[in-house]
Amino acid sequence: MEKAGGSRKKGLKRKRAAEEPQEAAVVEDGATDSGGQAPKATAFPPGFSISEIKNKQRRHLMFTRWKQQQRKEKLATKKKLKKEREALGDKAPPKPIPKTIDNQRVYDETTVDPNDEEVAYDEATDEFASYFNRQTSPKILITTSDRPHGRTVRLCEQLSTVIPNSHVYYRRGLALKRIIPQCISRDFTDLIVINEDRKTPNGLILSHLPNGPTAHFKMSSVRLRKEIKRKGKDPTEHVPEIILNNFTTRLGHSIGRMFASLFPHNPQFIGRQVATFHNQRDYIFFRFHRYIFRSEKKVGIQELGPRFTLKLRSLQKGTFDSKYGEYEWVHKPREMDTNRRKFHL
Amino acid sequence: MAAAGARWNHVWVGTETGILKGVNLQRKQAANFTAAGQPRREEAVSALCWGAGGETQILMGCADRTVRRFSTEEGRFQGQRHCPGGEGTFRGLAQVDGTLITCVDSGILRVWRDNDKETSSDPLLELRVGPGVCRMRQDPAHPHVVATGGKENALKVWDLQGSEEPVFRAKNVRNDWLDLRVPIWDQDIQFLPESQKLVTCTGYHQVRVYDPASPQRRPVLEATYGEYPLTAMTLTPGGNSVIVGNTHGQLAEIDLRQGRLLGCLKGLAGSVRGLQCHPSKPLLASCGLDRILRVHRIRNPRGLEHKDEPQEPQEPSQLSSEDTEADELWASLEAAAKRKLPDLERTSGAFQTRRRKKKRPGSTSP
Repeated sequence: MEKAGGSRKKGLKRKRAAEEPQEAAVVEDGATDSGGQAPKATAFPPGFSISEIKNKQRRHLMFTRWKQQQRKEKLATKKKLKKEREALGDKAPPKPIPKTIDNQRVYDETTVDPNDEEVAYDEATDEFASYFNRQTSPKILITTSDRPHGRTVRLCEQLSTVIPNSHVYYRRGLALKRIIPQCISRDFTDLIVINEDRKTPNGLILSHLPNGPTAHFKMSSVRLRKEIKRKGKDPTEHVPEIILNNFTTRLGHSIGRMFASLFPHNPQFIGRQVATFHNQRDYIFFRFHRYIFRSEKKVGIQELGPRFTLKLRSLQKGTFDSKYGEYEWVHKPREMDTNRRKFHL
Repeated sequence: MAAAGARWNHVWVGTETGILKGVNLQRKQAANFTAAGQPRREEAVSALCWGAGGETQILMGCADRTVRRFSTEEGRFQGQRHCPGGEGTFRGLAQVDGTLITCVDSGILRVWRDNDKETSSDPLLELRVGPGVCRMRQDPAHPHVVATGGKENALKVWDLQGSEEPVFRAKNVRNDWLDLRVPIWDQDIQFLPESQKLVTCTGYHQVRVYDPASPQRRPVLEATYGEYPLTAMTLTPGGNSVIVGNTHGQLAEIDLRQGRLLGCLKGLAGSVRGLQCHPSKPLLASCGLDRILRVHRIRNPRGLEHKDEPQEPQEPSQLSSEDTEADELWASLEAAAKRKLPDLERTSGAFQTRRRKKKRPGSTSP
């Protein structure tokens, strides 16, 4: 039963495989080879797993063998299933859908039902009602935290090309609570403050002005225009269209309305630019594109403009007042992030 | 059907759109009641209290300065009364001996004769309490005694049958370690049972106990919790502790004997607007700006019991817990998961009831 040295790995394996049945039923250690005995049936103790073998090389060997066997079995079942499907043809059962975290999302009780009257009334009379009734048109003030660096300044400039009727002002160390009454007197409807940390923008405060809610977001993945590959030319003066995706809960509705109120409300829009706020798993992705319909079904898009990702940290009633303001929603990581399948927006 | 539904509601919540909701915790349903049949923001509820005759009537103070009376037996609004005078919303509502006590934001406290006529007669008594009132509370043991407090308006206890001067006027604490005056902002007041003491919670995250019987006008005990303004407070059944809530949705139980924090309750995501403990059982109902009514169990063990989503901004909301059929109903709170079924039925114009079934959350289990 002994082979000469220099055999290939498989040969070695076969040698071991041949010698395996000769091993006695040792409790933990099946590693010792005894040479030249009649093959016996392998008898591992019950509940023995490959990880209990102390010898690393042998353990690795057993594991790779087990893995190959698993793979073979998996392939065999796949083939069998495929054959059965072909055999059944049209009567085959539908393919099972793979589970994703979005699929498995825990049903949120605050998901808004489109027929809900109370919510409809609430939205018809909240702080954004005057915007949605076309009584006010947006005028935005964009500023940053004090002493911004180049990236933040450029992001502000690019944002002001994306959002129509917006003005960028340098924040000269002024307190927000002092800026806000001045904005209100000059008829601004929204205030955007981009917070910066270590030369990169990392936060966004969006405050609706007369007395509206203030949302505080964490901003990440900021890409300025020159960092975007295959981008189109600069955005023009046309008012962009807006797409708000996936804001299903009551909180999501409020935030969605906040974003919508940044842009002029005009269903008869001209121009082919579109700003998208896509919510997925509580992260809001902002993208700015120009589209063109090549035929009835085919659209071409070019990405222009900055892109960033936002995550809501808190929504406060009233204008910016972090110490004494009343919060409508606060993100509490230890209470809200315990379940991977539960989202709030 | 509506009457039976109205009587079996355990918790009553007022909302910012003027709807009074009665929540039946056992069946996990909420019933809406509006005076005019349509929700209106002008009727935003700012104060709730029980009316005369045990717990059969609810008085709702609305933002348009009317006080509406709602009967829980019949399940409809019975009448309203316009209470002019002063500016601001109602900060306190109370009833004693057939008279109605109202207090508004600008500090006008009035006692009205409670007749069924809608005409607003002159008030029986008017007191000026000082501007910026945040709360007026009636002493349950002595219905003629009320306490008021607010922003830069120190705690004052008034006896409505006595003189025009307050019976007890609290003094501000000493200057702090920088020799600066400590600002005052009393957000909520409660009378402690079986003594003359009062507890207040302030917007500067302090909880203070005052004792009018002692010669000291300054607080007898002061405890702090958190960093955010405390907006609501309620006494626990034992009488030794209070539960306070702040603008971040943090609820804490503070022991008044030592001023210690006993524990916190989690679950709320928005500012707490109303808290109410059951008179005998260790259950706490809380509602806030996140539009969800929660019932927590305070001891053995501490945890969330129920969650109800009325989908309405429950902003100026207060709760009145009913305990008539309470015992067997509160004891049998089962975890029945039901699907949400919005079901609308329009009845004869006076009110609008809607039944909804709630799904019990699985994540925070007691």
